[in-house]
Amino acid sequence: MRAFTKMFTAVDQTTKTNQKILAMVEYFTFAKEEDKIFAVSILIGNKPKRPVKTAELKVWAAQLADLPMWLFEESYYTVGDLAEAIALMLPAQQSEHHFTLKDTLELLSRLTDLPSDEKKKLIISYWMGAPLEERFVFNKLITGNFRMGVSRQLVIKALATYLGQEQTSIAHQLMGKWNPYEESMASMFSEESHLDKPYLPYPFFLAYQLDTDAENLGPISEWYIEKKLDGIRGQIIVRNDGIFVWSRGEELLTDKFPEFRSLQTSLPNGTVIDGEIIPWKDDIPLPFQVMQTRIGRKNISPKYLKEVPLVMVCFDVLEWEGEDLRQKNLVDRREVLKKIVSEHTEGKLLLSEAMEFNDWQEVAAFRKNAREFHCEGVMLKRKSSTYEVGRRRGNWWKWKTDPMTVDGVLLYAQSGHGRRANLFTDYTFAVWDGDLLVPFAKAYSGLTDKEINELDNWIKRNTLEKFGPVRSVRPEFVFEIAFEGINSSSRHKSGVALRFPRILRWRKDKSAKAANTINDLKQLIEAQNP
Amino acid sequence: MLEFTEKGIYCPRADVYIDPWKPVKNALITHGHSDHARFGNGHYLCHQDTLTILRLRLGPDISVQGIAYNQTISKNGVKISLHPAGHIIGSAQVRLEYKGEIWVVSGDYKLIPDGLSVPFEPVKCHHFITESTFGLPIYNFPATQKVYASINGWWKQNAAEGFNSVIIAYALGKSQSILHQLDQSIGAIFLHGAVANVTNAFQAEGYNFPGTWVTPETDRKTIKGAMIVAPSSALSTPWITKFSPSRKAVCSGWMQLRGARRRAGVDRGFVLSDHCDWAQLNEAVLATGAENIYVTHGYQATYAKWLRERYGLNATEIKTQFEPATGDLE
Repeated sequence: MRAFTKMFTAVDQTTKTNQKILAMVEYFTFAKEEDKIFAVSILIGNKPKRPVKTAELKVWAAQLADLPMWLFEESYYTVGDLAEAIALMLPAQQSEHHFTLKDTLELLSRLTDLPSDEKKKLIISYWMGAPLEERFVFNKLITGNFRMGVSRQLVIKALATYLGQEQTSIAHQLMGKWNPYEESMASMFSEESHLDKPYLPYPFFLAYQLDTDAENLGPISEWYIEKKLDGIRGQIIVRNDGIFVWSRGEELLTDKFPEFRSLQTSLPNGTVIDGEIIPWKDDIPLPFQVMQTRIGRKNISPKYLKEVPLVMVCFDVLEWEGEDLRQKNLVDRREVLKKIVSEHTEGKLLLSEAMEFNDWQEVAAFRKNAREFHCEGVMLKRKSSTYEVGRRRGNWWKWKTDPMTVDGVLLYAQSGHGRRANLFTDYTFAVWDGDLLVPFAKAYSGLTDKEINELDNWIKRNTLEKFGPVRSVRPEFVFEIAFEGINSSSRHKSGVALRFPRILRWRKDKSAKAANTINDLKQLIEAQNP
Repeated sequence: MLEFTEKGIYCPRADVYIDPWKPVKNALITHGHSDHARFGNGHYLCHQDTLTILRLRLGPDISVQGIAYNQTISKNGVKISLHPAGHIIGSAQVRLEYKGEIWVVSGDYKLIPDGLSVPFEPVKCHHFITESTFGLPIYNFPATQKVYASINGWWKQNAAEGFNSVIIAYALGKSQSILHQLDQSIGAIFLHGAVANVTNAFQAEGYNFPGTWVTPETDRKTIKGAMIVAPSSALSTPWITKFSPSRKAVCSGWMQLRGARRRAGVDRGFVLSDHCDWAQLNEAVLATGAENIYVTHGYQATYAKWLRERYGLNATEIKTQFEPATGDLE
């Protein structure tokens, strides 16, 4: 555990990617062999199941530190991170434990089924045998919100360096759900390891938002332009007479989509298709909200299946007849894809049409009004592009339509977590309903560090009331809130629910009175769902 | 005997304000930091080792009197004396006695010796006014010798890898403590003007600190593997970037928290403070034997409640002018 904590601290302390990679490579070089696969699992963001309730953890820590609960809670607000708050408040280390990373994770999984007082005993003894940094890492593992501050890409680079393999092959082997208890470094990363894993998806090729003038992309004839649909990006795999449907979040969703089951026989073995899974009825997609409700359901009734039928709008084929097509150009891949969609798929698979435009201005006009065409913008793909690994610039771009915006008044503020702990960075915004301000959105992102500091100072001097970590402030400042979608909602006080709200800018030029009204929001909903 | 007013802590009988926020006739200054020693007062009284700093910062022509620790002066029957606070050179607690009633205003203070300022001495009193900058149990500062060892180790490693090291610290106080502890065998030491100003002033008083002032004439190309000490105002200015390749560290009690460390946007955060941490605060309060505690500047409400609950003290929260802005380098 010492080595892992040392690596975590080194990664945490630096913002330089090279230093982070170096710290990981050093860890893999010197760590205990049995620990490495667990470290990989944690580094790419897998989290152990939380074995204790945080409420219990708080009580045990406060008791051990001999602090009243109210003081513990207040200190926790200030730190903004429970794992760190506990680590800081515990009494000084008393002994030295000898847990490895694997031991530690095994301890955590063992805890789940133990009675509460046994859990308490084991956790306290771990705490008292560990120095500050190690307590913090341990607590992070217990509370299940461990984030390593490295991107998957960096982990892949470090593993590639350590193992002397290509990054693309590491990325491939890391895909999907795997269990570190059932794998070893050898079973995961040997060159043939993917052969006995028919379920293994390919790493997705992801696009950045276009950040230059489209005219700079060159002749429009070199590009495919497709609708960017708002569904779930997924991969359908048929191999060894089985079907596997993966989301881009690498969740295996096969059981959620019974529609696709028949593809297992209609598609030949050795087929992998990339596309957008989306509810589709009468030739148009249904709103994303409908999909979300469906995904959330445990059991899907036949009636529901009929009401919210899914299709995959396919835009790429990665494997056909067992052959990896990713290095072929997109023109060739689309030819194969067209053939598959027309011959094998009984309407469950649709082809993502390449739209015809004469110039980039026409594309820009389409993108501007994308919502009218049931999409959220366009995808631009170079015809000569191969299927790359991860998020890359250059050959694929997404070009989303501008978000909708509303001006809201800052009403409540709450301190953030992690890097933003102890700073008021989580804001609630309101619109006018007559003389009343009705909260309609929470937003956390969009301000610069400088603006956050300025606002934080102002909030501290203009607090009206404190409710635990939340403060109400003088309704004075107006912010332009951007969002991707708006729907009516019975669960929200304002009667509306926004999709992906964030702060676009601080409207210092506007007074609170000039903010939008609840009627403005209702009109947006009507305009969107005619 | 003391009142908490708009202008600061006031003793009507002696007609003197302690660290006033607004201009008054008579100001008693606990130490030279700018939020305690402000412009525009008629007359200043402070410890003799603070004279230099006061004149440096407020002008050579201010009307100011310096006295020694434990030396008593009388004002309209109030006996006033200064006692070591251990915060920075010349920092003092103020003791006021009238008809057997004793008040102590701690100013800023710490219990752990920094090797430069005269260490804190507890003063018995009935009423104690304490700051609470780090008045939460999450603040448990590591032993200073350990911190200095890590600073020197960090410098050594940076130098070996071809980097300059930049330390961000208060120009008055912390910079001198750090300079005092740097291992000069590792490399050369350079100072930002704001730091050099202060060390030069102290040098005139007989103190001795290493470090060369970086002036426009300094040949920056010769600066390699060196240590540069600068105040936070220098961060993200061209002045700093000229030392690249460099690694930067902030020295502050706030660096105890990971969020603050990451927000500082530097390579390292060293937990080094001239204030009390949680344990020191409790020790200091109890050592005064005071029944009445007034908590200012920091987590006053929380800390006062703790003192009432845990120790049965008559502790109250005194609202200071403002809540401290997050990110102040205490």
